[in-house]
Amino acid sequence: MEWMNAIVQGVLVGGLYALFAAGLSLIFGVMRLVNIAHGDLIVAAAYLAWVIINATGLPALASLVLVLPIAAAAGYLLQLAIFNRVLGKDILPPLLVSFGLSVILQNGLLVMFTVDSHKLHAGALETGSFELMPGIDIGYFPLLTFATAIAAILGLQVMFYHTALGRAFRATSDDAEIALLMGLDTRKIYATAMAICMAVVALAGVFLAIRSNFDPFMGPGRLIFGFEAVIIGGLGNLWGTLVGGVALGVAQGLGAEIDPGWQVLAGHLAFLAMLALRPRGLFPRMAG
Amino acid sequence: MNDTISRFSRAAYIAMVAFALIVAALVAAPWWGSVATERLIGEFMVYLALATLWNLLAGYAGLVSVGQQAFVGFGAYVVFSLALLAGWNPLFAVPVAGLTCALLAIPVARLVFRLQGAYFAIGTWVVAEVFRLVFAQVSALGGGSGKSMPAGVVKLIAESKFWREATIYWLALALGVGALAIAYGLLRSRLGLALTAIRDSETASVSLGIRIERVKLAVYVLVAGFTGMIGALFALQKIRISPDAAFSVNDWTAIVIFIVVIGGIGALEGPIVGAIVYFLLREFLADLGSIYLLILGALGIVMMLAAPKGVWGFVAGRYGLSLFPTGYRVQSGR
Repeated sequence: MEWMNAIVQGVLVGGLYALFAAGLSLIFGVMRLVNIAHGDLIVAAAYLAWVIINATGLPALASLVLVLPIAAAAGYLLQLAIFNRVLGKDILPPLLVSFGLSVILQNGLLVMFTVDSHKLHAGALETGSFELMPGIDIGYFPLLTFATAIAAILGLQVMFYHTALGRAFRATSDDAEIALLMGLDTRKIYATAMAICMAVVALAGVFLAIRSNFDPFMGPGRLIFGFEAVIIGGLGNLWGTLVGGVALGVAQGLGAEIDPGWQVLAGHLAFLAMLALRPRGLFPRMAG
Repeated sequence: MNDTISRFSRAAYIAMVAFALIVAALVAAPWWGSVATERLIGEFMVYLALATLWNLLAGYAGLVSVGQQAFVGFGAYVVFSLALLAGWNPLFAVPVAGLTCALLAIPVARLVFRLQGAYFAIGTWVVAEVFRLVFAQVSALGGGSGKSMPAGVVKLIAESKFWREATIYWLALALGVGALAIAYGLLRSRLGLALTAIRDSETASVSLGIRIERVKLAVYVLVAGFTGMIGALFALQKIRISPDAAFSVNDWTAIVIFIVVIGGIGALEGPIVGAIVYFLLREFLADLGSIYLLILGALGIVMMLAAPKGVWGFVAGRYGLSLFPTGYRVQSGR
């Protein structure tokens, strides 16, 4: 039963990892950008929520009303001010710029908030749970996280395949130059995609911060989890990121069952095993 | 009609002579400098070597790794394992560390080469994290908190403090200059020609019959082996090891990337200029603590936006200068 419980809890944590991964996947899909600072942006969103809650007294989840639009606006500006200037055939400049951004965010957060860890509190929602069967309790908050991940991915999926904006995203993804010729302002398309990505980042940040302590240096770890979920699920497949997140969560849960020191390691090993056996992931995208 | 093709320019000859003089002066440092000077130059050599190697990977082979700390840390742990568990003289363990890392790089490459571009970068990082977490589990090597080298083992390097410091310093110098020499020799070789072609255009290189994957693998393995020796040197310099320090992404990758970006990516002179700039900045700004790192990050971004080829690229483009010529130039005979 202990193992069964580890698997169930792993599945639920997988929802959080899918939230880490969804934004990463969207950005890569639209503009072939891998943002090394993605994890640090998640942590920055968590700090933003912390500041807003301390200033206004809003409940933890309600802070999203402010965190989400602020993050989205910041994403839009970040893309216009920095990333659009370095996107091109060479993948090196955007990668190195995002690496620099990651260093800036980590040390900026350190200067502003010290190295002490913080946490957001959500009262009864955080601690409450119900018994699924003897030995397996399901927390309301992990369940809400998982449901949010499903809703977020469903929303992204609908946006991507059934709206005019999504059509513009797909066109730009297929061939940015032709899209430009057809009258799409790709710079604004990219900025909009980054804004949406940052909205998901805000969700991920707040849920992360309610679930566990956070400090300025936990960004890279979140980036790696998100990245692993993307690759396990299959590049360019949004539902795949959810499956990838769940696979990662379960692997970590089982690893922790063996030995607490094995939790993160087991996730990494599952990822490497996937790379060895199915390098294109569980659900690769239809076309290269 | 009597144009000539040459590799060396007058500037390059002068640079060669100056370089030889500087190296000669550096070899004698134990007699004219203090221990602090030796250690500072030693650390400079570590970064010069790492930056030169990373430049080969990212600037030429298109392999942007953010996981080179995997090989730094592994090399360091090889030295510690052989010294602590098998009683080796740590100096003899240095080449073994290099060889082990080169061999290890082959299966690692088989995995991470399946990822493209930026995903390759994060894949290499995951591998480094795996190494870090695995070594944190090995209690014989100190587990997560690490271990120091016993005095008896340290004495194996050399009896007196003077010779011990000097030996480690010369090793650092040899690896720093060696990395430059290897990169220079490599780029002037057949493999280097292929590498430069890959740097300029992968598609064109394939169509000319260059087997990109093999060239990339060769460079990756070579760089990993050399990086492992630098890790071994790091173990000797610090005589203390812990997984977090040995596999630190900030120390072994972030700073190295900064050096290459500031100095100039895709040119041999770049990492030298970058390392000098980095050490100057550090001397003046390190007291600022995390603000100093913030400045480094911002400087890196500004450099990438304003002068993507770095300080050296700017100078070289303006004055047509090449101190370590690896290409050929046509000189018009009027």
